[in-house]
Amino acid sequence: MRTGRIRDGLVLAALVLYAMPFFWQSLTSVRPDAELLPLSHLLPSRLTMVHYDAVLRQSLMPRALLNSLGIALSSTALAVGLGALAGYALARLPVPGRGVILLGMIAATAFPQIATVSPLYLLMRALGLRDTWLALILANASFALPLVIWLLAGFIREIPRALEEAAAVDGAGRLATLRFVVLPLVGPGMASAALLAFLFSWNEFLFAYSFTATEASRTVPVALALFPGVFEVPWGDIAAASLLASLPPVLIVIGFQRYLVRGLLAGALRE
Amino acid sequence: MSDRRLGWLLLAPALALLGGVTVYPAIWVIWLSLQYRIPVFSISRWAGLAHYAFLTVDPRFWSAAGVTALFAVASVTLECGLGLGMALGLRGQRHGRRAAVALLLLAWALPSVVTAKMFEWLYHPAGGLVNFLLGGRPVNWLGDPALALPSLIAADVWRTTPFVALLCYARLLTIPAELYEAAEVDGAAGVQAFARITWPLVRPILLVALLFRTLDALRAFDLMFVLTGGGPAGTTETLTVYAYRALFQTLQVGFGSAIGVVVFALVMVVAIAYLRLIYRQEASA
Repeated sequence: MRTGRIRDGLVLAALVLYAMPFFWQSLTSVRPDAELLPLSHLLPSRLTMVHYDAVLRQSLMPRALLNSLGIALSSTALAVGLGALAGYALARLPVPGRGVILLGMIAATAFPQIATVSPLYLLMRALGLRDTWLALILANASFALPLVIWLLAGFIREIPRALEEAAAVDGAGRLATLRFVVLPLVGPGMASAALLAFLFSWNEFLFAYSFTATEASRTVPVALALFPGVFEVPWGDIAAASLLASLPPVLIVIGFQRYLVRGLLAGALRE
Repeated sequence: MSDRRLGWLLLAPALALLGGVTVYPAIWVIWLSLQYRIPVFSISRWAGLAHYAFLTVDPRFWSAAGVTALFAVASVTLECGLGLGMALGLRGQRHGRRAAVALLLLAWALPSVVTAKMFEWLYHPAGGLVNFLLGGRPVNWLGDPALALPSLIAADVWRTTPFVALLCYARLLTIPAELYEAAEVDGAAGVQAFARITWPLVRPILLVALLFRTLDALRAFDLMFVLTGGGPAGTTETLTVYAYRALFQTLQVGFGSAIGVVVFALVMVVAIAYLRLIYRQEASA
């Protein structure tokens, strides 16, 4: 029993060490500028909020956070909304060519963004969507959609058919059954799919870097990659900005871990 | 309305979005790769297979292909080895499982641009933690052509090992304890139990993780683009970074698309291997 606790503690300590790059960045974000370069002591002599102050007041980060949040929430809603309808059709309705569609979905999850970025750029330019939220919402939703459909079709298949048949006996049509029986039951599955779609959009860099031009649509990863330094690199400010960029993923990993893990495993094991 | 028609109706919006924003560009890119397209000079004419012919003799392309291969093989091998090790370490965890998984998944969930910025600072010659822990030697991790790719691989391994570890961990938890008890009765413990019970049961999932990671390693872009930008001296320039530079920096849309198509083809070969694998697993199950 005791050795078990000690072992558990050691494993946790090892994992804290593993996450050290993140904690180091957190410490850098509150370290005074004078103690950053060169690094002479592990721990700073005092903590400061000047870097957060600079990032929140003088950089484009607040606007980028707003863009990222809006784009990620919209593309997640779009992907999960369309994905739930399509997932139900693939799981329960006699769709001709179902096998081919499912196979296509798996293949589409593997598409490299670098291959579609040039035609998509031309398409967005032709539609007048360059530097808009809509361009990224459509691109991110479409890229997340195959995985979302695959996950939701799988989760819907796990629901006992008897429940839907009972609803049908009571006179409920297909759409009413979907709305009042299937969707409530597949809620946790939708949460899993939504978390993965949200993380994908929040973290997405290549499309955002290529399709955006100004602060009107620049997302957090783009703002961070382009973080300006006038004479020298502002490492403290960059650390503060990366901490802000990490907030949603950190909250998800801590607060919604169960759904995230379920989605990850279902997505990888394809069962 | 018949169920068939309803099915198509429910599928239509998703397929329309996928068709317009994923499938259509994926086909269009092949068409683009067969043309000379340099918008700034208003050049737009048929090239046929000229770009692909050029790629076969382009030293920069072969260098990028070599970097991509080395990056993929090294990072995926390390990730699978370390991931399995972490899963074995986690398996016996009784207390603090949630905290353990949170710490594990943190690295995986962060935006890759954040990871790039974090490691850029860790590797900083004068301000970085790595050199400080090594006793203050001013090693230029990202600026030295011999060290840049290994440093990049280390950052990628840090970021994606948790994914492999989570898959293996989930599999390990489903192995019943009785199997090990029975093996112990037969005198098999430790390494023998691992070889006889754990390994055969974990191997299929490790293979899945390996294919997934290979897919991601071949199309990886963010980390190297932000951390090293392909430098120094092209030692970390992968095919994706080369394609991006051709597309958006030298603005050769046709040529850049051709490199994109090569990445596409490589990824699809791995994806087909993956599909065959699950097909076979389903057939044998």
